[in-house]
Amino acid sequence: MSGPAVSWYLAVAAFLFATGALGVLLRRSPLIILLSLEIMLNGANLALIAFSRHYGESSGQIFALAVMAVAASEVVVGLGLIVAIARRRIDLDVDKLSTLRG
Amino acid sequence: MGNVVVWAVWVVAAFSCIASGIAVVSFTNPFYSALALIGNLASLAVLYLLLSAEFVAAAQVLVYAGAVMVMFLFVTAYLGGRADAPWAGGPSWQAVGAVTAAAAILVEVIVVIGLKAGGRLSHEASIDSGFGSPHRIGRLFLTNHLLAFEITSVVLLVAAVGAVILGAHSRASHPLEDAR
Repeated sequence: MSGPAVSWYLAVAAFLFATGALGVLLRRSPLIILLSLEIMLNGANLALIAFSRHYGESSGQIFALAVMAVAASEVVVGLGLIVAIARRRIDLDVDKLSTLRG
Repeated sequence: MGNVVVWAVWVVAAFSCIASGIAVVSFTNPFYSALALIGNLASLAVLYLLLSAEFVAAAQVLVYAGAVMVMFLFVTAYLGGRADAPWAGGPSWQAVGAVTAAAAILVEVIVVIGLKAGGRLSHEASIDSGFGSPHRIGRLFLTNHLLAFEITSVVLLVAAVGAVILGAHSRASHPLEDAR
């Protein structure tokens, strides 16, 4: 295969990770923060798979699948928390969830 | 000829990937954000296919775009108008700091990869046709990476139990009520 070199994929992965980080830092809705976390995890996954192809080693793909399972678990727990917050009629705003602040 | 086609597919997939990523972060309606994330995941699956990771691409579409995003859309629909996420709120130095931090992460990742791996990224290893196939991945999961496979199942089980507990207790007690 004579497509783009691995560094191009890594550039896309780094950009995706930075976009997700920006979303996590900038937005206040827990839903959007969860979606941005997914983007960060996918950026890491893309880097893993790019290196896996580059070195001809399948272990990177195994790691990417494990990351996918962890992301699914994280979404399950995160959405459970969001629904629990919404049921108590608290605003969906991470800045207002400050009960644990010392 | 094949080279040009691969490059064209890569450019389309990479740009739709980046554009939909920015769209996810910038929409005020989480429903549109989730739809943009589905586009992001689909274009990432195309990139995985270009990297000859067929099984991961299929799992990406099935698990993410299929299961996870449907759950997301259900929760967004359940919350209705309360899920809207306007941009307003918070001092402006927070936004400046967030943009600076994200740019710093981007520069840091690129610089570190360039310094540590820059010399070794030029020649690609040659792979056989079975690379990334379900057969190869499944064999690795049940031999070399059996422990990771089992731990993954435990993680998923714990997450499912945790979600059930979160859902069951939210009616009984209201310790977060003061946070209103």
